[in-house]
Amino acid sequence: MTGRTTLKCAYAGIAAIALTLAVGWWQVDGPGASEQTERQPFALTEMEFSLSDHEGDEVGPETLIGRPTMVFFGFTYCPDVCPTTLSDISGWLDDLGEDAEGMNVVFITVDPERDTVEAIAEYVGYFHPSIRGWTGTQEEIARAAQGFRARYERVPTDGGDYTMNHTASVFLFDIEGRFTTMIDYHEPREFAVPKIRRTLD
Amino acid sequence: MKTIFYGLMAALMFTSSAATPTFAGSESVVVEDAWSRASVGVNRPGAAYMTIRNTGDETVTLTGLRTDLAMMPDIHQTSTNAEGVSSMAPAGEIEIAPGEAVSLEPGGLHAMLMHLQRPMTEGENFSVILDFSDGGEIAVEVPILGIAARGPEG
Ligand SMILES: [Cu+2]
Repeated sequence: MTGRTTLKCAYAGIAAIALTLAVGWWQVDGPGASEQTERQPFALTEMEFSLSDHEGDEVGPETLIGRPTMVFFGFTYCPDVCPTTLSDISGWLDDLGEDAEGMNVVFITVDPERDTVEAIAEYVGYFHPSIRGWTGTQEEIARAAQGFRARYERVPTDGGDYTMNHTASVFLFDIEGRFTTMIDYHEPREFAVPKIRRTLD
Repeated sequence: MKTIFYGLMAALMFTSSAATPTFAGSESVVVEDAWSRASVGVNRPGAAYMTIRNTGDETVTLTGLRTDLAMMPDIHQTSTNAEGVSSMAPAGEIEIAPGEAVSLEPGGLHAMLMHLQRPMTEGENFSVILDFSDGGEIAVEVPILGIAARGPEG
């Protein structure tokens, strides 16, 4: 290859990268941004995992079919995002009142090491009585997260402890277990109740 | 045993109203709307929230905080990325421009209270000292609200 062709190739490469970036922007942040299909959870009927609820009963995605469902991931050693989400959800459930009575509301831990059945039972007891806590083995938590396309990661902290980074969105499913929409953590909270209402209809 | 402990705590508490802005050190910084959530035991970290307002005409820099409630208090920043994943990290020093306020609130900045020395009990208060780069310090009384509290009003 001569020097000139190498240069041409380089230009073509740069142009291609620029185009890719532009297309990427258009899809991710720009007007082409869809409902971010790539991170949508599967339907509950397509998921497979087996966990325990905070009363020690075996539960899985099939437990949720037949009622509208709200699911979110977190951990009870989380000082900020998780209690905020739990109290927001408690508030939404209070706002919805009877309309949300038949709804499944599930908090799945991403930290089963510390969130035993007893620990999660005590914790959810402080929030709305509809909220169920689910925990289980690391493997089954990982399978559940895959189904919801939720992410989590263990991060060591200064004091020799650890914290968990995790997907903070709340996932909504209809009565047949189809994913309807999600409530992102940074989304204005006043949009939440109408979104839940649409799922309940 | 519990009653004795709480009695002692109450005796040691300053009687300060949550709504009263706290002044100390540099007179130009005012702290409003401090609140925190009760903890479940002492193993889990706690978090405290407040608004720190600079009413003066010079930038102030918050360098850290101290409290006898937690061995490792620090200011943390929670952030949520485009994939919806939340994480938190030490926020470092925080500059507050004249006339500006910094809010420590759920999902943003919080005073992270690691290694609690005693449970955070609803209805009680605890004190925090905010340190500033000019050597000034501000004492803040933080009321402990319920575990499901959503803001300074509960
Ligand atoms: Cu933190």
